[in-house]
Amino acid sequence: MKKQNTVNILFCGRGGQGVLAAAEICGWAAVLSGFHVKKSEVHGMSQRGGSVESHLRFGKEVFSPLIPKGEADIIVSFDGEEFARLKGFLKKDGIGLADGVNRGEKELKDQRRYLNVFVLGALSRHLLIDEHRWLEAIEIVFAGKSPQKNKDVFLKGREHGAGTKEMRYDLE
Amino acid sequence: MEKNLSRNTVFLSGDEALAQGAYEEGLRFAASYPGTPASEILEYLSCRNEVDTQWSVNEKAAFEVSLGASIAGWRSLYASKHVGLNVAMDPLMTSAYTGVNAGFVVVTADDPGIHSSQNEQDNRLIAKFAKIPLIEPSSPAEAREFVKVALSLSEEFDTPVLLRLTTRIAHTKENMVIGKRKEIPPRVFKINTEKYVMVPRNAYQRHIVLEEKLARLQAYSESSLLNRMELKNKKIGFITGGVSYLYAKEMYPDASFLKLGFGFPFPARKAKAFASRVKEVVVLEELDPFFEEQVKLAGIRCKAKKSSYRIGELRPEYIPDIVKGKGKKKETGRARKPVMCPGCPHRAVFTVLKKLKAVVAGDIGCYTLGALPPMNSLHTCVCMGGGITVMDGMGRALGKNIAGVIGDSTFVHSGITGLINMVYNKAKGVVIILDNGTTAMTGSQPHPATGRTIKKEETRQLRLEELCRACGVDAVDVIDPRDLKVLEAGVRKRLEGNALSVIIARAPCKLIDRTRAAVPSCRAEKCKKCYLCLGIDCPAIIKQENGLVKIDPLICSGCNLCVQVCPFGAISSKAV
Repeated sequence: MKKQNTVNILFCGRGGQGVLAAAEICGWAAVLSGFHVKKSEVHGMSQRGGSVESHLRFGKEVFSPLIPKGEADIIVSFDGEEFARLKGFLKKDGIGLADGVNRGEKELKDQRRYLNVFVLGALSRHLLIDEHRWLEAIEIVFAGKSPQKNKDVFLKGREHGAGTKEMRYDLE
Repeated sequence: MEKNLSRNTVFLSGDEALAQGAYEEGLRFAASYPGTPASEILEYLSCRNEVDTQWSVNEKAAFEVSLGASIAGWRSLYASKHVGLNVAMDPLMTSAYTGVNAGFVVVTADDPGIHSSQNEQDNRLIAKFAKIPLIEPSSPAEAREFVKVALSLSEEFDTPVLLRLTTRIAHTKENMVIGKRKEIPPRVFKINTEKYVMVPRNAYQRHIVLEEKLARLQAYSESSLLNRMELKNKKIGFITGGVSYLYAKEMYPDASFLKLGFGFPFPARKAKAFASRVKEVVVLEELDPFFEEQVKLAGIRCKAKKSSYRIGELRPEYIPDIVKGKGKKKETGRARKPVMCPGCPHRAVFTVLKKLKAVVAGDIGCYTLGALPPMNSLHTCVCMGGGITVMDGMGRALGKNIAGVIGDSTFVHSGITGLINMVYNKAKGVVIILDNGTTAMTGSQPHPATGRTIKKEETRQLRLEELCRACGVDAVDVIDPRDLKVLEAGVRKRLEGNALSVIIARAPCKLIDRTRAAVPSCRAEKCKKCYLCLGIDCPAIIKQENGLVKIDPLICSGCNLCVQVCPFGAISSKAV
């Protein structure tokens, strides 16, 4: 098992796809699991269809808020073009999680606005974070905005991701 | 890993953490004008009943109100983005002379990388220019701690303190444990004309006081715990601060560091002591060579970044190249361009201005996007208020067919004086106030013409049309831009009139008014593939592989602008 100091996840897509909310939930899930967490993104253009990226890092102690190029363990992509632009961030043996979107679209049909939590469910299979931490995080982030529906879709996505191997990491 | 979280664990951005720290430290007043990346500071504070907060009409007003509160005895905070502080420079420069009473922190949120600004000026230089101390955190957790130091330092040295964030810190979230608020009683206000009335004789004496203060601050800087030496491997020693410290720490965790949290006055003796204990000194900072100049002035041999790195943000992967003395590699891959939202009322105004081939002076806001292709119908953007005054100057030189666009919030911020200037100096031109009822680009904050305060209370509403008439403009029209024909006729009439006029194009921002109407349908048999509909640059209109267009029903708001621009009736509204 390879030792590393931090887990690095890059979320990317276009404004309006729920990229930032997905990263926020993942950030909270890591906080609730007792990690030091940094999540970095740039606001301002996110609601106007521009590129959106959020860098999420957690571990015992995180320094840089940005993932260095070539150091992302996982890229969670909501848009093919954005993935192509940012794939240089991925580690050699890193995971490009782009198919969750296609599967989610088929699965959710007219409920596409919950796509981000579906994809998060698929992502959750790769990380050593307990299921109840994810659900707690969804409650915090969607407090007052139908957390139950989001939890249901998250679990659906998690079901779809079943069988994927957990990322092998051992945080020092 | 520890599983029992403190109930006071929060996950806060740099802006929020700074606001939380100030709140804990007994803050009683805060003012600002919205601007990315600083807006969330005031939004966070506005939810705390113990703090009197306001969106001021502009940064100059915000600064003066905050300074007044401090002079009268309340711990006070001003916040703005870097360019916002330019607007407040007048009171800032002289407040260094008057000093303060209760603690007064001036927060500047700089934007290296120009994510959402018109320039990337380095406001550390303002600390030196104004002769006030500079404090710089590296992370959100430090922002919470450092603002507390800043408030007490301000009282101890009787000076405003400049606290600088950058976008990367302001918009990074980090978990931290927060504390309770300390109740600090207001300080007593005493009349002191020698200190607070800056007429020449008093100001001269206060300049003497200021220089003495700087010498004492210099000594403080040398001993301050905010300037921390971390001695590990002596081969390489970084002199750095802000987020650059964390980038260096990421890439060289075993190196030695002089981490500068108190950057001005610069701790030259500490820097020399540090340099004598490491083999090679590398100065690492974003934007201008602020520390580099100070280090070199102290006679320390050092390596610093090549000038190509003065442009844009640093990134962790740049650090090894900087250490090796290499220049910056060309960036590849461009980010997607932003567009106006589906249903945005600004889109119609630019559609008309493009058709009428007007020369358009622009301003700061969502509508600056009107400059991008395929719209191409905004031709200058310099600063807040320039949509009126820059147009005034251009109109003098060009003579006709000239317009200026300015948002409602921006007009109140610094357009009013420009409009009076036009009336007074007999200028011509069409001022179009894009009145969407909010400060949209920065996250939908209220302003005087919305009739709501930051605390969501009702207040006296400023009436823009009455104000424009009171300024002396005779031709003031209010037009709903969603009716393209009426809008086009109205703009054409005023452009041809070749006099001074104001058109208030009034329709709510689609981020506030979320109502949706029926999605129009496209009829293939009528489409001549002229693509005028694509010219309005609506993200809901998609050109398909067969050359026909379709409308994405998920994001279309049903504004019907595309229906109105199609000359062949190929896009039709279901409602009709």
